Amino acid sequence: MFGKLGLDDIPYHEPILVVTAIVMMLGGLAIVGLLTYFKKWKWLWTEWITSIDHKKLGIMYFLVALVMLLRGFSDAIMMRTQQAMAAGGAEGYLPPEHYDQIFTAHGVIMIFFVAMPMVIGLMNLVVPLQIGARDVAFPFMNNLSFWLFVAGVALTMISLLIGEYGKTGWLAYAPLSGIQYSPGVGVDYWIWGLQISGIGTTLTGINFFVTILKMRTKGMTMFRMPIFTWTSLCANILIIASFPILTATIALLTLDRYLGTHFFTNDMGGNMMMYVNLIWAWGHPEVYILILPAFGVFSEVIATFAKKRLFGYNTMVWATACITILSFLVWLHHFFTMGAGANVNAFFGIATMIIAIPTGVKIFNWLFTMYRGRLQFTSPVLWTLGFIITFTIGGMTGVMLAVPGANFVLHNSLFVIAHFHNVIIGGVVFGMLAGLTYWFPKAFGFTLDEKWGKRSFWFWITGFYLAFMPLYILSFMGAVRRMQSYANADWQPLMIVAWVGAVLILCGIACTVIQFIVSIRNREKYADITGDPWDARTLEWSTSSPAPFYNFAHLPNVGSVDAFWEAKKEKGMAADKPTQYEDIHMPKNTAAGPIIGLISIVFGFALVWHIWWLAGVGAVGMFVAFMFRVFNDDIDYYVPAAEVERIEREHHKRLEMQA
Amino acid sequence: MRMKKNLGWLGILPLIAVLLSGCDWALVDPKGQIGIEQKSLIITAFWLMMIVVIPVIVMTVVFAWKYRHSNHAAKYMPDWAHSNKIEAVVWLIPCIIILFLGIITWKTSHSLDPHKPIESDVETMEVQVVALDWKWLFIYPEQGIATVNEVAMPVDVPVHFSVTSASVMNSFFIPTLGSQIYAMAGMDNDVYLVANEAGVYDGKSSNYSGKGFSEMTFDAHAMSQDDFDAWVDKVGQSSETLSYEGSYQELAEPSTDHPVEYFSDVTSDLYRDIVEGFHGGNGESGHDGGHGETSMSAEAAE
Repeated sequence: MFGKLGLDDIPYHEPILVVTAIVMMLGGLAIVGLLTYFKKWKWLWTEWITSIDHKKLGIMYFLVALVMLLRGFSDAIMMRTQQAMAAGGAEGYLPPEHYDQIFTAHGVIMIFFVAMPMVIGLMNLVVPLQIGARDVAFPFMNNLSFWLFVAGVALTMISLLIGEYGKTGWLAYAPLSGIQYSPGVGVDYWIWGLQISGIGTTLTGINFFVTILKMRTKGMTMFRMPIFTWTSLCANILIIASFPILTATIALLTLDRYLGTHFFTNDMGGNMMMYVNLIWAWGHPEVYILILPAFGVFSEVIATFAKKRLFGYNTMVWATACITILSFLVWLHHFFTMGAGANVNAFFGIATMIIAIPTGVKIFNWLFTMYRGRLQFTSPVLWTLGFIITFTIGGMTGVMLAVPGANFVLHNSLFVIAHFHNVIIGGVVFGMLAGLTYWFPKAFGFTLDEKWGKRSFWFWITGFYLAFMPLYILSFMGAVRRMQSYANADWQPLMIVAWVGAVLILCGIACTVIQFIVSIRNREKYADITGDPWDARTLEWSTSSPAPFYNFAHLPNVGSVDAFWEAKKEKGMAADKPTQYEDIHMPKNTAAGPIIGLISIVFGFALVWHIWWLAGVGAVGMFVAFMFRVFNDDIDYYVPAAEVERIEREHHKRLEMQA
Repeated sequence: MRMKKNLGWLGILPLIAVLLSGCDWALVDPKGQIGIEQKSLIITAFWLMMIVVIPVIVMTVVFAWKYRHSNHAAKYMPDWAHSNKIEAVVWLIPCIIILFLGIITWKTSHSLDPHKPIESDVETMEVQVVALDWKWLFIYPEQGIATVNEVAMPVDVPVHFSVTSASVMNSFFIPTLGSQIYAMAGMDNDVYLVANEAGVYDGKSSNYSGKGFSEMTFDAHAMSQDDFDAWVDKVGQSSETLSYEGSYQELAEPSTDHPVEYFSDVTSDLYRDIVEGFHGGNGESGHDGGHGETSMSAEAAE
């Protein structure tokens, strides 16, 4: 009846987990209570859960990402604490059983459930506005993607309270992740969490690819697209091309675990090297799925706040395109030490270094955008400057790792850990926090508090260097990754320094949380009346803040990359007041997305625990829900011109009052 | 100048390095030819990259400060966004550096190829390494002995480590001597290393392999030929023996923090049997051919 699931699988004998469970339940109850008390359930359902508005989905992606950042960071600080303690024979406070789950969960959560939703959330919020569209190409699919992603998050969180998570590392290398060496349900949670959210990601990739290609406004040729849209396009191409590899690889591992096949087992002709190759054939492009949109954010931020056109727009686009293609040709650099021949290793080493060329060019172009500009030191600019320096150092260590001869001693050491945090924190996290600050007013109608934003930046950057520079040093002493304990007590001082760094990063995260609270309290003071608080350059700033649900009353006409900027310079700030409005065709909300998402949690959970009848019910449920949606013709409506006029009038009235 | 503060943290690093100079620096102070070459390669790559990294950091700080919003003395050209000269330079410099680094990479990928024998006047010694859950088995086929979690080698004698696993993936790594190589079940991988100075060096698995991973360590003893011969004798006097069907199966059972063990009278085919033990079921295994022909080398499989 309940498959492998029994009462013993609930870890009530683990104090840390029991406390976590209680806190999570109390938090959940508080939210439910507040929603009931303020009678907000209907509002939540109609305005958010069933919404197909790309801006709201973007906000929800970011919200989930920030919550998961707290979870992922808890894992991080637990690991740092363990390594600061467990030196010279000391066992620390986490047995391998826990420590191994924690570093696995940390990696999975930070990449799939923090970095990815931040990037996808930002694309959702910004891309349609930047290209002058009213929504994405497939609005229902967009909602479905989000809820499938949430289902993946939910399964991963459930593993904390029922059963266990994988003890395999975030990529679950076979044969360790096979049924022989990992008989528990941890890997199964990993499998179904990633499969379900991965399908959501693939759908998002298709959605935005089509949106950017087909829904650009009049006059916006490819080479008039803002850089963030360009980098998003390339990231989505990477999603479409690489996520199916992940899906297929995990599917093969699933067959090994569930049906006893031998794709990746030690014996019967299985080949674990195939697993490692396949997972990195996805894994390396994945890195660029995360970093390319961050590059886009920095390009927008630096041009806006330097009050100057982006230096070398065409070069930027071609550099991005080069990186997109090259990112598929370098996966083997993640395992030079597997034993491939010298020619193979040299090929992949050099291919990897070649990526440094377009990346270096991008960095110089950002520098020359500042050159002869008028740079305002806002918090997004601080993130950008911090990024340029940090990412350059991370790039350097990346190139060092790419030299096979050097990689043979640096591989799997803390050097690798320091390197990828160097580029992911310095690149993706800084980029997403810059983007969050930059586009926040477009989502909510008021800007974020600068003082707390800058404090967050200084804590993050000092915390980063303190936390990760010691790891570079430790790698030269022979320290490897994923150690639950180590015999060499000489390493301990640096591990403690790294722990202090992690605490400073925690302060940075706290500053961001305080920043939200302070900003929401002062939202009147920080209100963005004009819709263009930064005197920016791209189309999203031409509409009001927060953008109306239809984005643009009239679809704009674009004559150049900086069309909005040029229009402002010619006509001054006074926006055109159209004399006439027209009906706007919009998609309707849908309940199918959240329903399918919810059922997919049940489906995934049932498969994890081998509750076959429930899995069957889930599969049928998802199919039926999907069919209801497919045969529903009532999916769109027209916003009457009078309603559009009323909304636009209000905006213009506020503009005039301010003037 | 707030940006300076940003860089100030980098300045701390050499300081930390000085404070820790008493520590054992496996990669900075290598004790074998391979490790020494790798150290110089890392330093070369580092300085080549510095040709770009230092100007970028300096330019970031200088440009950001000079062209700050409040500095009206600086030139402001809001529409200046293209310069063929600058673009040529920013493409060319990285290209030249990567060209140099590419040549170095090609050369060192071959010269430091783990599979490449080390040139030496003395004959290379053979050691077979098996990663078990969670300990290392070292088989000396020429001496007929085996050890667990301890390996010894004479100074200046190149050692050919054949590396496999009887469980999940591991990576065989003695940082002070140089290159690591993956240990994979059913695969006969290898790495050539040499110790040029006597000493006891930390060895470990660098590829996470499950519960006992952190304690899957061993000591690598580099010693004079006489000491090594004495060590071989000492191991040879052990009453424990090792054969594939017998005591090996017991040893292969998972255990953590396994003590050092010595075995004498080790069956000569033990390593081959372990590798081929995983080739069953696909119809092509068999004990008929020579070692090199039937076992699937990782290189060939790539």
